[in-house]
Amino acid sequence: MKGMTLIVKETTRLLAGLIFLYGIYIIIHGHLTPGGGFAGGVVVAGSFILLILAYGSDYMHLTREETGTTITENLAILIALLIALGGMAFGVKIFFSNWLPRGTVGELVSAGVIPLYNIFIGMEVAASILTIFLALLIFKEELTK
Amino acid sequence: MIVYLLCFVLFLTGLYGVITRRNLVKIVISLSIMEFSLFLFLALIGYVEGGTVPIVDPADTGAVYVDPLPQAMVLTAIVIGLATTAMLMAVIIRVYRKYKTMDIREIKNLRG
Amino acid sequence: MELALSVILVLMILGALFAIHAKDLLSAVISCSIVGYGLVICFLLLKAPDLAIVQIVVETITLVIMVAVVLDSTRQEPFTRPDPQGWVNIAAAIIIVVVLFFFLKVASGSLDHFGRGTLRMAQHYIEGAAAKTGSANLVTGVIFDFRGYDTLGEATVLVTAVLGTLAILRIKGKK
Repeated sequence: MKGMTLIVKETTRLLAGLIFLYGIYIIIHGHLTPGGGFAGGVVVAGSFILLILAYGSDYMHLTREETGTTITENLAILIALLIALGGMAFGVKIFFSNWLPRGTVGELVSAGVIPLYNIFIGMEVAASILTIFLALLIFKEELTK
Repeated sequence: MIVYLLCFVLFLTGLYGVITRRNLVKIVISLSIMEFSLFLFLALIGYVEGGTVPIVDPADTGAVYVDPLPQAMVLTAIVIGLATTAMLMAVIIRVYRKYKTMDIREIKNLRG
Repeated sequence: MELALSVILVLMILGALFAIHAKDLLSAVISCSIVGYGLVICFLLLKAPDLAIVQIVVETITLVIMVAVVLDSTRQEPFTRPDPQGWVNIAAAIIIVVVLFFFLKVASGSLDHFGRGTLRMAQHYIEGAAAKTGSANLVTGVIFDFRGYDTLGEATVLVTAVLGTLAILRIKGKK
């Protein structure tokens, strides 16, 4: 698909990085402030969608990106499952138990495994929404070709 | 109580759209309206008068918090709603490419 | 509080009715967003900022996807001639509405009044949550600690939806 005009491209170039950083911030502060893996993942996917819509992309790049996002999505949920299984191996031998030290409430590194869950669920959500969007774009490109 | 009733009316509006409309996109829109009313209802039963946002401040003991349980359920359901809506849109695109129409009655008559 | 919520809800119902009856599909999709963004304001009034953040971004992405699909196909709502079996639909709708209102009347007896106390189960979550999970945000604590199985199931549904979309939209196989 083609890109848009110069004004849209320049504005996107300034904004996309900030939106991406905001998504990362929401994900890693998920246990302290409103937000978390689900919210931050959607924001990160939104920044990528903005870039693709503004700059356009050709067929080869789209298929390569789709392969990447599919693999990222499946690996992220696998790692989240492995972290949950870690509760069986260490600590109190319960699935989904919090097996890392909890720390003090209110610090960035605290709450045991909850930040790890946030990060990997965020990766999974971002990759899945991006995969759906790329699949729709690729379908359109294959029809016009 | 009036809030619950209006929320129910919003649900019925979506149901009316699903039953009476014949365009596929309109049916998906009505389904998402029903979904929204359900999210709003779950958030409504969690509200406590005078409560604050459910984020614990260790210095402030004795604060009243809003119920976090319905919010946690709605949070995941919203993202799932996006994925299912996108999947329905994919189905609609395929149907339109095959039959060149979005009218469900004509699609039923064509049987191709 | 209840008044502000009621006003926004009436606006949402009007937007939903317009979205269902619009002649142009593009305006129907855009007026469906009235409901979505109104929901964001309701979440903010109900002290749920987590939900507001998710809903505002999700609504925007849904709008992008829907507008792309509508612009790709036809925008015109096909001319709907009067349906010979239309009265069946209307009668079914009236019956369903009456039955649902009956169940609402039955169920509203056991429902608390608006904004009066928490659920019995949630009391335990609120009391010891910060000490048990170490997370200051109670919603995150509930999602990933007390109700981890729910989250795992929802993530699985998300993966399944993506796989379904990929299977539906594939024209030729991968080499």
